Amino acid sequence: MHIDPLEKKWAYATVGIAGLFVGIILIDALFHGINAPSNVETIDSASLHLSEEFDEDNLGVQLDENGNITIRMVAGRYGFYPKHITVPADTSLTFRWVSMDVLHGVHMPMTNMSTMIVPGYVAQVTTTLPKPGEYPLLCDEYCGIGHDHMWSNVSVVAKEHWTALAISTSKGRQDND
Amino acid sequence: MIDAVTKKLAFSHLWVAFGAFLLACFMGEYQVLERSGFIPAIESSAVYFASVSTHGVLMAFVLTTFFIMGFGYVVATTSLKQRIWNPQWAWAGFGISLFGTVLAAIPLLTGKASVLYTFYPPIIGHWMFYFGATLLIVGSWLWCVIMIMMMREWKQANPGAPVPLAMFATVGNALLWLWTSAGVALEVLFQLIPMALGWMDTLDPGLARTLFAWTLHPIVYFWLIPAYIAFYVFVPKQAGGYLFSDEIARAAFVVLIVFALPIGFHHLYMDPEQAKGWKLLHGVGTFVVSLPTFITGFTVIASLEIAGRLRGGKGLFGWIGSLPWRNPMVLSVILALLMLILGGFGGLVNASYAMNAMIHNTAWVPGHFHLIFAGTTVIMYFAIAYYLWPIMADKPLFSKDLALVQLWTWFIGMTILTTPWHVLGLLGQPRRISGVEYNSLLTLAWDPYELAMIFGGLVMLGSACLFVYNLAMTHRSQEVFEGEIEYAEPIHPVTDLPEYLNDFTLWNKVIAGLMAVSFGVPILQFFFMKTFGSSAWGF
Repeated sequence: MHIDPLEKKWAYATVGIAGLFVGIILIDALFHGINAPSNVETIDSASLHLSEEFDEDNLGVQLDENGNITIRMVAGRYGFYPKHITVPADTSLTFRWVSMDVLHGVHMPMTNMSTMIVPGYVAQVTTTLPKPGEYPLLCDEYCGIGHDHMWSNVSVVAKEHWTALAISTSKGRQDND
Repeated sequence: MIDAVTKKLAFSHLWVAFGAFLLACFMGEYQVLERSGFIPAIESSAVYFASVSTHGVLMAFVLTTFFIMGFGYVVATTSLKQRIWNPQWAWAGFGISLFGTVLAAIPLLTGKASVLYTFYPPIIGHWMFYFGATLLIVGSWLWCVIMIMMMREWKQANPGAPVPLAMFATVGNALLWLWTSAGVALEVLFQLIPMALGWMDTLDPGLARTLFAWTLHPIVYFWLIPAYIAFYVFVPKQAGGYLFSDEIARAAFVVLIVFALPIGFHHLYMDPEQAKGWKLLHGVGTFVVSLPTFITGFTVIASLEIAGRLRGGKGLFGWIGSLPWRNPMVLSVILALLMLILGGFGGLVNASYAMNAMIHNTAWVPGHFHLIFAGTTVIMYFAIAYYLWPIMADKPLFSKDLALVQLWTWFIGMTILTTPWHVLGLLGQPRRISGVEYNSLLTLAWDPYELAMIFGGLVMLGSACLFVYNLAMTHRSQEVFEGEIEYAEPIHPVTDLPEYLNDFTLWNKVIAGLMAVSFGVPILQFFFMKTFGSSAWGF
């Protein structure tokens, strides 16, 4: 079998290029914990209203006693509920998304707050939003003829501003306009 | 000489492919117009989503499958110099696939199956759609069997001889397709059809998405391999030179076929039903499958350089100018490589586990795959058609100048269409919307890009019409053309070829092993954990 020396060099170079990319991805994933939303947690989408976690009173932004912020959201034709939430910038946020009907996806443009929302599963995303501002939440997966109309809003406010607003010990506090 | 049976089979397949293509091009232009919202009179999300579903099925399933089958018959008979094994089977395959296409088209065009070509359960369309799509694939399985049998017959008649490269790659593609289509076949047969007929109350969308991901990456390589075959076996000869290396081409095809399969989870990076370890494993495999494309780029460019220098090109870049730019095959490969480089860059972003979160399901994604598929792949389908038509019809091409104009306009239109499409994705526009209803300032930035896309689409639609017109007019010519399909010779004749580069038995076992590793647990997990099915929904 004949392999040209030039070809051999190029083959090594391409393995090097691909290896570089794989290396960066692996270091990010294994050492910096940068991973795609992958928690493999099931839930009965047909009875969310009966589940404790995604009961209507429990949706929205919650600050627990350890200072962690969890945002529980339900996606359904055609919106993400609650329709408006306010969260602090520069703070680690854990979003927990479920669907009450079909397949949806959610993306906050210009951020990496993105996940598919598959009925039967809880999609969890932990991220930090660096820039305060008004952001839409857009459904980015075809979910029916009304798909274009599926969006909600997020206000990202400066950290200092938010703390005063939302510290509350009452469970199930909603930040709903 | 191409025998009459092959000619008839090939023309039948290719005309179905290009007929579907032209219809889908009109739909594509309607879709960019509708989604821009500039013409209120045509606004209708119901029509839009029926059109998107049909456009996807026609382009991704009908154009590709019929083109690959028709081209495969030509490659098999001309490279092996054998008659088609069992032509009745070939016609049966054609008939089943065509019947399936018609069956699927009825609910698609009447808006009863607006579930997109990627299905998206638990939304369920009319059962006829799933039935038709299944038959289209079943028909193509007969083609796979014929390709495999023809290579086997040839090897028996020529023991120890290297199988011609074009046929080696075609049979590799047939095997790839059998492996690839198994995933979606499982989803359709055990989940979608029983659900659509009302035999089942619930299905697990997580399992459905996992099975579809099995198919979703390698199917792209099924479409791409004919373009690569043309790169390797037609281009060097048409440019006036030789193939740089036959052996490395085989190795590239083998890696492409083996590693296309176990990496589908890069389509599920953002999905909750698979764990991060599996996604990472598939992510690494995704970079492995980029290697044969790097190698292909090298071999094709090296072959072009040899041709350019043989034609008198001098200096570091002088050989580029002396290439026969007016040969449709050569022009196509140059334009295809340009689009492959740009599209490959976008692909690296998609493949990057973390960066993908920024562009997942945004307009960036259709921008990317139109550039790679409708750009690189389909332009080579054009080149192959321009090359085959005169030889099969025994008549000269109606107009070579028109062909060159067509190829250039396809490239220019594609650039105008897909550049703004990528930008829209970076600006946060989701894909698969029929209009912009968001009450957000963000959307104001989108309008100029939508306008550019409409123009790009229009250029491409004109180009598509020119293409079909040129082929149709060729049939009507009174002149006679005599030609044969010429396969490129390698610089160094293939002498001692190891069996693993001349046969797929070993590679089938490797694929089975890799698939068991990368899909075994991820599929079985759905049967071991407590899952909750979803009932069917309309759309």
